[in-house]
Amino acid sequence: MSHDDHHAVMIPAPGPEFVDHEVPHHFNTPVQEFQAGKLGFWLFLATEILLFGGLFAAYFYFHEVYPETFVLGGKQLDWKMGALNTSVLLLSSWTMVMGVRSAQTSQKRKTLIYLGATVLGAVIFMCIKYMEYSAKNEHGLIEFAHLFDGYNEATGQLPWFTDHDGVMADVPHGHMFFAIYLTMTAIHGIHVIIGAALIVWVMFGTAKGRFHAGYFLPVDLVGLYWHLVDLIWIFLFPLLYLVP
Amino acid sequence: MTTNTPPVDVQVAEPAAPREDYLNCSKGIMSWLGTLDHKRIGLMYLIGVGFAFLAGGAFALLVRLHLWEPEGMLFTNQTYNQIFTLHGAFMVFLFVIPAIPGSLGNIVLPLMVGAKDVALPRLNLLSFYFWLIGAVLAALAIIMGGFDTGWTFYAPYSIYTDHAVVTIGMAIFVLGFSSIFTGLNFIVTVHKLRAPGLTWFRLPLFVWALYATSLLQVLATPVLGITVLLVAFERLYHIGIFDPRLGGDPVLFEHFFWFYSHPAVYIMVLPAFGIISELVTVHSRKPLFGYKLIAFSSLAIAVISFLVWGHHMFTSGQSTYAMFAFSFLTFFVAIPTAIKEFSWVATVWRGSVALNSPMLYTLAFLIIFAIGGLTGVILGSLNVDLHLHDTYFVVAHFHYVMMGSIALAFFAGLHHWWPKIFGRMYNETLAKIAVVIIFVGFNATFLPQFVMGSRGMPRRYATYVPEYMPYHQASTIGAVVLGSGIALMVAYLVTSLFTGKKAKENQWGGVTLDWKCPTPPPHLNFDDDPTVVHEVYDYSALDYDSMRRDAT
Repeated sequence: MSHDDHHAVMIPAPGPEFVDHEVPHHFNTPVQEFQAGKLGFWLFLATEILLFGGLFAAYFYFHEVYPETFVLGGKQLDWKMGALNTSVLLLSSWTMVMGVRSAQTSQKRKTLIYLGATVLGAVIFMCIKYMEYSAKNEHGLIEFAHLFDGYNEATGQLPWFTDHDGVMADVPHGHMFFAIYLTMTAIHGIHVIIGAALIVWVMFGTAKGRFHAGYFLPVDLVGLYWHLVDLIWIFLFPLLYLVP
Repeated sequence: MTTNTPPVDVQVAEPAAPREDYLNCSKGIMSWLGTLDHKRIGLMYLIGVGFAFLAGGAFALLVRLHLWEPEGMLFTNQTYNQIFTLHGAFMVFLFVIPAIPGSLGNIVLPLMVGAKDVALPRLNLLSFYFWLIGAVLAALAIIMGGFDTGWTFYAPYSIYTDHAVVTIGMAIFVLGFSSIFTGLNFIVTVHKLRAPGLTWFRLPLFVWALYATSLLQVLATPVLGITVLLVAFERLYHIGIFDPRLGGDPVLFEHFFWFYSHPAVYIMVLPAFGIISELVTVHSRKPLFGYKLIAFSSLAIAVISFLVWGHHMFTSGQSTYAMFAFSFLTFFVAIPTAIKEFSWVATVWRGSVALNSPMLYTLAFLIIFAIGGLTGVILGSLNVDLHLHDTYFVVAHFHYVMMGSIALAFFAGLHHWWPKIFGRMYNETLAKIAVVIIFVGFNATFLPQFVMGSRGMPRRYATYVPEYMPYHQASTIGAVVLGSGIALMVAYLVTSLFTGKKAKENQWGGVTLDWKCPTPPPHLNFDDDPTVVHEVYDYSALDYDSMRRDAT
C-alpha cells in the first residue's frame, strides 16, 4: 500500500464560512489527535514552569541571604502599576476563555473579537511594563544604556546600577534585587510577546474558518499558554512588588 | 538460497516492482530534509550523532596522546584544557544524551507500540533541527576561540574566562529543547498511540525505558536551560547570582547544574538499559526475568535520580546533614539498578543464547556496567569520595558507565536493529572481531585510570609527575586499540549498506511488534494496523518462517 492511497479522516465544517479539518495520517481518530495535542502541550507547560522554577529558586535563596535588600528593593517598585498590570492580565485571561469558548461553538466573529481583546491586553501590559522600566532607568536602578558595559573590577561598580538617589546605599548588594527583577520580568515579558504572537496566528486561522466546533485544538492550546503567562505573573507580582 | 514461501497468501500486484519501503517511497534531498517520517528523522539523527561521536572520539584520542609524557606531548596547557572540554561537551551534549532516543528510539519506539508515526511528527523534525543548530553553535564556539571550562561550566570560572562561553551556552540551551521535544513526543506517543491490545505491561522494555527517560528529559532539562541562560546573563550584564564579587554564590550554580546533570546521567543510561533488556531476551530466546521489576525500576531510578545531585558536591561546601542525605539516597538508587543487572543475568541463565554480535556487545555491557555501577557506590560513600573526588577514579567510573555501558549498548542496539532499519546485514565475523577489540581496548584504557586515580592522579591536568607514567601510557595504548575497534565497526557498517547480504525478515527472532512489520518498514510501518494478542516476549508465538525469509 502506498501512503498516497491512505484515506484521511475528515472533520466536516459546520457551515460555509468554515473549512474541513483533515486529521493527520498517523492518527486513527479525531479524539486521538485532540488528546495527543493536549497531553503534549501540558507537558510543555510543565517545562515552562520548571524553567521559571530556577529563577524562583534563585529569588528565594537570595531573599534569604539579603532580606533587607529585597524588602527595600521591593519598595522601589510601584505596586500600583504592578496591580494594574495584574488586573490587565487577569482580564485578558477572561477574554481568552471567552475566545476559546466562542471557537468551540463555531462563532467566528465573537472568537475574533475576544482574541483581539486579549492581544490588546498584552499590548497594554507591555506598555505599562515599559513605563515601569523607564522609571527604574531614570533612578539609576537599571540603566539600560549601560546594561552591557561590563563590571568595573577596580571600583567594584556595575555601570548599570548607579543608584544616584542612594536609596539602596544602606543594604548589601543592592543591584541583586534589580538584577533578579529585570531577569524575571524580562523573561516573562518575552513570554507575553510570544503569547500575543500566537494569538494573532490563531486569529488568522479563525478568519480563514479553520477553527470550529469540530476542530479548535490550536485555539485551546494557545489559550492554555496564555493562562500560564498569566499564572506566572500572579506569582511574580507579590514576590517582587509586595516583598514580605 | 532457500525458497520458503510464506504460508499465507500475499497479494502482490506487480511482482517485478520492488516493495515500497520508507527508504525508497520518495526521492530527492528535500524528501529527507522536510520528512515527517520518524524513521527518516531517526536516520538523520543517527548520521548526526555518529559524526558527533567520531569528533568527540578524535578529541579523546588527542587528550590521551598528549598524556603519553609527563610534560605533555602535543599542546600548551591552555589548548589541552580546550581539547578535553570539547571532548566532554561533544560527547555529553551532542552524542550520549540524544544518541539512543534520537536515533534508535525514534526509529524503533513507534514500531514497538504499533503506531504509524510518533504523536507529534513536526515536533520530531524540529527536535532534529534544534540538534543541528546546537551542533552548528558548538562548532561556531570552537571557531570563536573555544572554551576551556570543562563540560560542567562551573562558576565563577565560566563567568571570568574570556572564551566563547555564551555561544556554547546557547548551543546547550538549544540542544536542551531538542531533548525536551523528543521526550515529550515519546510520552505522548506511548500514552495515546499504542496499538489495540498493547497494554502497559505488554510494552517492550525498551519502550518503558524510553518512557522513564522522557520523563527526565521533560522535567530536568528546563533547569539546565535556565542555568546556562543565567551564566550567559552573568557574562552579559552581571546579574550577580553566581558571582562572588557581586554577592552571588557559585555553589548555587553547582546545585542548579547538578539538579539537571545528575538526572541527565539517567537520561543517558536508561535508554541503554532498555536496549539491553530487549537484547538479552531476544538473543536468549527466553522471556525476560522480572519484567515488571525492570519496568518499575526504570521509573524508580527516574524518581530517585532527582534526589541525589548533591553527591557531585561533597567537596563543594554543603551542610553535613545534606551530605548524609545525598550519600544515603545515592546508595538507594543502586537498588533498582542492581535489580536490572540481576534480572538480565537471570534471563541469560539457561536461555538458548545466540552469541551473535549484538549479544556479544550485550555481554560486554553486563560485565562493564557491573564495574561502572559498583565503583559508583564506592564514590557515593562520603569518606571515600573526599579522597577520590576529582581524581582519575571518577573519570574511570563515569567512562565505565558512559562509554563502556551506554556507547556499547548503543552499538548493541545498532547491530540489533541494523538489519531491520536497512534490510541488509553487516559482516558478522568482522563484527565479532570488533567487539573483542573494543572490549579489550576499553578496559585497557580505563582500568589503569582506576588505579592511578586511587593513587591520587587528579583529573583534567595537562601534566603529571613521572610516577604515573606507566598508567597513562597503558591508558593511551588502550585508547588507540579502542579507537581502531570503532574504526573497524564504522567501516563494516558503512560497507554493509552497499555490499551487505539481504537481511532476513526477522533477523534474530524477535516477537515484539518491531519485528512484525515488513523489513525495512514501509512508510506507514505496518501493512495493516496491528493488534496485540500475545503477552510480551512470548516466544511460543514466534513465526520461525519469518527468520528464514529474506527481507523484500
